[in-house]
Amino acid sequence: MQNPAQKNVAQKTQAPLTDYLLRLGDSALVLGQRHAQLCGKAPALEEELALMNVGLDLFGQARNWLGYAAELMNDNVDADHLAFRRDAQDFRNLLITEQPNGDFADIMGRQFLFDAWHVHLLDGLTHSSDPRIAEVAAKSLKEATYHLRRSSEWVIRLGDGTEESHTRMQRALDNLWQFTGELLQVDEIDQAMIETGIAPDPEAIAARWKATVEEVLEEATLERPSYDAWMYTGGKVGHHTEHLGFLLAEMQYLPRAYPDATAW
Amino acid sequence: MRPPGNPPSDGPIDDWPSSDLIGSDRRGLPPAGEKGDIDAVLAVLEQVPDPEVPVVSVVELGIVRDIDWVDGRLAVNVTPTYSGCPATEVIEQHIHEALVAAGYSDPLIQRRLSPAWTTDWLTEAGREKLRAYGIAPPVGSASKRSLTGQSDPVVPCPLCGSNATERVSEFGSTACKALYRCRDCLEPFDYFKCL
Repeated sequence: MQNPAQKNVAQKTQAPLTDYLLRLGDSALVLGQRHAQLCGKAPALEEELALMNVGLDLFGQARNWLGYAAELMNDNVDADHLAFRRDAQDFRNLLITEQPNGDFADIMGRQFLFDAWHVHLLDGLTHSSDPRIAEVAAKSLKEATYHLRRSSEWVIRLGDGTEESHTRMQRALDNLWQFTGELLQVDEIDQAMIETGIAPDPEAIAARWKATVEEVLEEATLERPSYDAWMYTGGKVGHHTEHLGFLLAEMQYLPRAYPDATAW
Repeated sequence: MRPPGNPPSDGPIDDWPSSDLIGSDRRGLPPAGEKGDIDAVLAVLEQVPDPEVPVVSVVELGIVRDIDWVDGRLAVNVTPTYSGCPATEVIEQHIHEALVAAGYSDPLIQRRLSPAWTTDWLTEAGREKLRAYGIAPPVGSASKRSLTGQSDPVVPCPLCGSNATERVSEFGSTACKALYRCRDCLEPFDYFKCL
């Protein structure tokens, strides 16, 4: 029979891990859906292909994270159920991922600030004490690295471009900045992950994120807002901006309207 | 000019990334002839084309990672090219169908993520077929430098062979390709990028 003390430990570590996986999976899913909304609306064919492919990578990553979370929940749910049958308050994505598409500067600014964090986090997660997380992270890291390469090029091209593109890129950065505090925020769930060696040292991630952001913004001739600026938080515990509900309403409509469908 | 988005070489994040972007056990399939049974299975799988690039087989693409027998049941391990590759399920289904048609009852098709797929696993024959089909095969070996754009390779045009080519977009018709253009024959073409 299982030692009761051990069982308690298992229960204690399982819930934060599930939450942590939802944070990873929901962030990828929601940002991927923002890309999907651009289908047929990108400014050029090449950019349309790129946006859709980046979105597709994010959906694939979301499926891997949410699939793992669903197994831990052991509640007869799967990744699709988590994606399509939960309401906004159950989502644990970062607030920056749900911000609206706006203009191309908003889209690439959001992607860049996220990518610059994502690559360093995934890189750290490849050393996770949880082998399944390490495996998914190693796969995702290659994709995220390529995403960062593209989003930084765009931030530089727009920032160091015409007066109009520079103005818009700076405005996008100023608007999005208030959601970046959450990327570096460490709460009790993160703390539990760090203590068990599942998640990497947050200070190293923060230092790397800042270094990447500073390097690219400098080359883009953009002014970096202050790290001490007031920041929105809450996405990681289910307190979202008003934008997420609308995104989910569109994304979840079909499976919710036809809950008995077995084939699409 | 140093390409953007990469950590400065003398900066605090000099060691980024700390992990190998290109992880490979270099093990793959057992050598041909070692097991007659495996050769027979391989022969079947060599007839299963990639649905997006039908000139190469799943074996040539390097996504068949392992062939084994589990309790008398044939088990084939397949790895996806990209996390979100929409062809993954279709490929697994096609492999299943081909094996059943060849007389293997109830084969087990397993998905394996680690080590992550790399274009280094594309076979020589596969690369040649890609080129003949009009898709430039990956140039050189996959590395951190090729992924972050620190070393963009010269990609010869698969149509006229010219080295005067330029990248139009980081992504082409599928996630695994980038869009290029030849400045000599003026034709656009897909490049199977290093991953």
